[in-house]
Amino acid sequence: MTSIRQVVCGILVVGLAAVAAACGGGSNEPVTEAPAAPVSNPVDPATAAVITGRVTFMGQAPAPEAITMASDPRCANTGAVTETVVADAKGGLQNVFVYVKDGLGNLAFPVPTTPVVLDQKGCQYRPHVFGVQVGQPVEILNSDATLHNIHAWPMTNQEFNVGQALQGLRHTHTFSTREVMVPFKCDVHKWMNAFVGVLDHPFFAVTGADGTFTLKGLPPGAYTVEAWHEKLGTQTQSVTVGTKETKDIAVLFAG
Amino acid sequence: MLYAFALLVAASTALLIFAGGLVTSTGSGLSVPDWPNSYGWFMFTFPIENWVGGIFYEHSHRLIASTVGFLILVMAFVLWRWEPRAWVRRLGVIALAAVITQGILGGITVLWYLPEPISIAHASLAQLVFCLAATIALATSPGWRRGYESVGGVPEDRTLRLVATGTTALVYAQIIVGATMRHTDAGLAIPDFPWAFGQLVPPHWSAEIAVHFAHRVGALVVATMVLATAGHVLYHHRRRRALTWPAAILTALVCAQITLGALTILSRKHYIINSLHVVTGGMVLVTSLVLTLRARRGQFGALESAGAAAVRGSATSGSAARQSATTAGARV
Repeated sequence: MTSIRQVVCGILVVGLAAVAAACGGGSNEPVTEAPAAPVSNPVDPATAAVITGRVTFMGQAPAPEAITMASDPRCANTGAVTETVVADAKGGLQNVFVYVKDGLGNLAFPVPTTPVVLDQKGCQYRPHVFGVQVGQPVEILNSDATLHNIHAWPMTNQEFNVGQALQGLRHTHTFSTREVMVPFKCDVHKWMNAFVGVLDHPFFAVTGADGTFTLKGLPPGAYTVEAWHEKLGTQTQSVTVGTKETKDIAVLFAG
Repeated sequence: MLYAFALLVAASTALLIFAGGLVTSTGSGLSVPDWPNSYGWFMFTFPIENWVGGIFYEHSHRLIASTVGFLILVMAFVLWRWEPRAWVRRLGVIALAAVITQGILGGITVLWYLPEPISIAHASLAQLVFCLAATIALATSPGWRRGYESVGGVPEDRTLRLVATGTTALVYAQIIVGATMRHTDAGLAIPDFPWAFGQLVPPHWSAEIAVHFAHRVGALVVATMVLATAGHVLYHHRRRRALTWPAAILTALVCAQITLGALTILSRKHYIINSLHVVTGGMVLVTSLVLTLRARRGQFGALESAGAAAVRGSATSGSAARQSATTAGARV
């Protein structure tokens, strides 16, 4: 598909004589990996370990800004504020995607068939940050009485842009490749954005309002755990857990 | 009548370019994900209450584009049917082909998620459509047909022809660089003005900075060429209004354009300022083209014999003269 697009694109551009740039083609094609064969959970529950922790924002968190939704009267303006940096009074940082980046070797994990729901409600995405496994469906729901377009613009997965003109419409999408993170945006409502972490295992979590997280059911071993934040970047830690061990870690982001 | 209609088409094209500028400046290019439909509706029946947020800009742009396309279709038909000069008839056909191509490029850029080469081509071809519409308006104007005899005429001036042509070519090259900057998101790659990171030349480089800096250098080159052209006209042809008017307007437009470019950066790409910068660039190009064509009016002598005959004919013997003009036009 890419090659056809490139050829057509190239003919058009050369024919116009308007630009000398070479054509880079249309949307990104997915870099597909060989799908892991469905397996039962390779982790023995009797030995499974847990990593818990808290992500803290160091310094004075910026005050959230009110979102102006005047460009669409049908957006319920419920006093929504920006979600870029959300921290509680103790610095607990919300909406941080924490996941096992490395250490699982070649283990393959079952893919849930239950979809993860990304809701468009009050002209905001709910949740703002979430995770999903490769092959697991993401169900995108329009709960608003207005139009939304759902535009995902990943680097390695397939880019897509679909419209939902009516309240209650649903669109299901599955990601084919591991990617942290895939951004979503609505081009109709500029303030709407969300991020999904796509992984080939189930060991991920998003920090809650107090900045805490839990990664359950890990096989004993040594791992690289990464915490991702949309504005503050990433923090990485090495964590080793033994049989049935629970280890608590602290992740700090500087403001 | 045709002249007035061609002017309307040219003005509509300028409006379309402004609307296109708004689409890019507001980041609304993908707010309507499908094409040629809009959220599944036939484009012209898309409910107005759904023109919200980014959809307002994108859908308005599509409707204005459809209108301009229709106007150019009518213009091409009228020219083909009744215009005696073959080269003007051909311009109508070329304009029609260009606007159709432009529409297809617009559709592709939506369906393929704004690929940079297509978006740049879309922006660049828009300016050519504007040029074609303006050229047709100029060619059908009474002044052009009469060789501007009533406003001092247009003498043979090889220097003016060369300078004006060079200026027009440079303006178009500058527009392509601007479109590249715009569609590669390099508009604020150099965040300060008039300096570049506090210096005359950027202390570090990337592809975006290079494109941005090239656009700034291009602005200086274009301004210099425009001043040279206008200076030449005012010094050598100050009594020939067919030349002094476009030269004066061109100078004023370039001043406005540089101001808008600076304000685009200082305002962090305010969408109105940014879009005005786009359409003013088109007006600089078209004004320079008009000056160039008027400076080359004498070279159209043979091509214009039919048109002149038609003008005389309309004032005298009507159909007989048109018959003669058509015959002459067929020879051209």
